[in-house]
Amino acid sequence: MLEITCPFCGPRSETEYINGGPSKVNRAESPDGFTDSEWVDYLILAPNPLGPVKEEWCHIMGCSLWFTITRDTVTHEILPSPETSNE
Amino acid sequence: MAKYSYDHDKARLSMQKYSLFSLACKTLNNHQGWRQAWRTLPLKNEYEILIIGAGGHGLATAYYLAKYHGITDVAVIEKGWLGGGNIARNTVTIRSNYMRDESIPFYVKSLELYEQLSQELNYNLMYSKRGMIDVIQTYPKLREIKRRMLSMHLHGSTYKSLDIEELRRQIPPLTGGGPDSRLPIISSMLHTDAAVCRHDAVAWGYARAADDYGVEIHQNTAVQRLLKGADGSIEGVITNRGKIRAKKIALAVSGHTTTLTDTVGLQLPLRTFNLTAFVSEPVKPLLDVIVNCPDLGVYLNQSDKGEIVIGGASDVGQSFRRDIKQDVFEDSVRATLELFPSFKRLKLLRQWGGALDIAPDATPIISKTKIPGLFVSAGWWGGFKAIPAGGLTFAHLIANNENHLLNEPFTLDRFDHLNFILESGTTAH
Repeated sequence: MLEITCPFCGPRSETEYINGGPSKVNRAESPDGFTDSEWVDYLILAPNPLGPVKEEWCHIMGCSLWFTITRDTVTHEILPSPETSNE
Repeated sequence: MAKYSYDHDKARLSMQKYSLFSLACKTLNNHQGWRQAWRTLPLKNEYEILIIGAGGHGLATAYYLAKYHGITDVAVIEKGWLGGGNIARNTVTIRSNYMRDESIPFYVKSLELYEQLSQELNYNLMYSKRGMIDVIQTYPKLREIKRRMLSMHLHGSTYKSLDIEELRRQIPPLTGGGPDSRLPIISSMLHTDAAVCRHDAVAWGYARAADDYGVEIHQNTAVQRLLKGADGSIEGVITNRGKIRAKKIALAVSGHTTTLTDTVGLQLPLRTFNLTAFVSEPVKPLLDVIVNCPDLGVYLNQSDKGEIVIGGASDVGQSFRRDIKQDVFEDSVRATLELFPSFKRLKLLRQWGGALDIAPDATPIISKTKIPGLFVSAGWWGGFKAIPAGGLTFAHLIANNENHLLNEPFTLDRFDHLNFILESGTTAH
C-alpha cells in the first residue's frame, strides 16, 4: 500500500485516494487546429512507461484536492517534488 | 470461416506419443528414454516469423501457424522461461459469459477449442468443465447479468437462472448473504460451459506440439528493442543474444506490449495494471464450481490440489509489480468471508500477480499496426480463456495479412472513430 502525501492534508494511506491516471499534455488552446486523429490520440493514448510516470490523484476521502505526483511503476517509489494543480 | 487445406500431419516430426502404453513401456525401462518435450536449438539470425513471448498466446500462435498455414520457419523467443509470464499468473477460469456481439462468438470458439485440446495436443490439460455460478447481490448487477444472458443466448453460450435454494444446495460452504446480511443474495446465474484446466500444461502442450512441427523456442532471449527498416517496415529485433531479423514480428507479451512498441515510436492505447490472486492451503473437496461474486468483486474456485484460489480487484494505478497490496488482499478476504464465513480459518499459502494491459474499452487487440510486418495481440485482461481462439486468429492474421472473422472487431482501427466495444464481461474491471 502506498503512502501518498496530499499537499493539503499531509501523508495518508493510498486507500483515501482515487487515481486519475497518468497526466496528459494540456488540450490545445485552439481546437480548430487539431485533426480528428490528433483528437483521438489525445483521448485514448496515455503514457505507460516502465519507470517514473506523472499521474493525477484525488484525496477523495479528505480535502478532495486533485494533485500530481511522480511514481515509479516498477518500484512504486514516489519521487520528490509533487506539483499541485487545482483543476 | 477460413478454410484450411494444408496437410499438416505430413509435416510433423516424430513426436513421442503420450499414452498409457508408452507410460507402461517406459516404466519397465525405469523411465529412461523419455525425450525432451521440446528441443533447444542454436539461435539463427533470421526467421520468417518471429513471435515474442513464449506464453499461452505466443505458443498457441506458433502452433496454429504451423498447423493451419504450413509456416514453420518460426521462432518463439522468451525473456524468461517458457510459460513463466501471465499464463502462470491467473486463476485458470475458462468462460464465455460476455456481453457484446463481437466478444461472445470469440470466447465461445475458444471454449470449443479448449474442450478438445487435450486430445489435439496429446497432452493432459486436466480440463474440468465444472460450471461457474454468479452470486448476485444488487439489482443493477442483476439487470446487467440478465441482459448479458439474453445476448449470450443469441450466440449459443449457456447462462441460466438458479434460485437461491438451488444455489445453496450446489455450494454448501456458501452460508453468508442471508436475508439479514449487508448484501443479501437476491439471485444467481449458472454458466454451464465454464471450466478450469492446468495452466502450465496449456503452455507446455502448445510448446511441445509447435516444436513437433519444427517451430523453434528460445528461452532466456530478451528483446531489448524492435528495429525498423529504411522503408518503415519491421526489420528485426535486438536481443541480449544479438540481432534477429524477421519479415514479420508478432508481439504476445501481455503487459509489456507498450514497452516494446515504444522502442519504434509506436504508441498504443494500452495501460498496464497489476492483477493479483492468492491461494489458501489445500483442504478437502468442498467447492466443485467456480464462484463469481461480482457485487463484492471477488471470485474463487477450488483447485485439484484442494487449494481455494481467490482473485479480486486490480491495483489502483498503473503498475508493473507482481506483488499483492495489503489493502487489495484484505478487501478480497473480507468479501470472501461475507459469503463464506467458514473460510476464515484457512491459511494463506501463496500469492501472485500479473502485469496486464488493458485498452480503453476493456476489449482485446489482435491487429496489424501502422508498421508493416508488426502485429500485436494485447489488451488481454483475463486472456487465459482466450488462448486457443487468440492463437488461431492471430496466426491467421499473421499468415494472410488479413483478419480472421473472429478477430475482425478487435483491430486497432476501431479506435480511429472511437468505436469502442465496451465490455462488461471482462474480469475484475
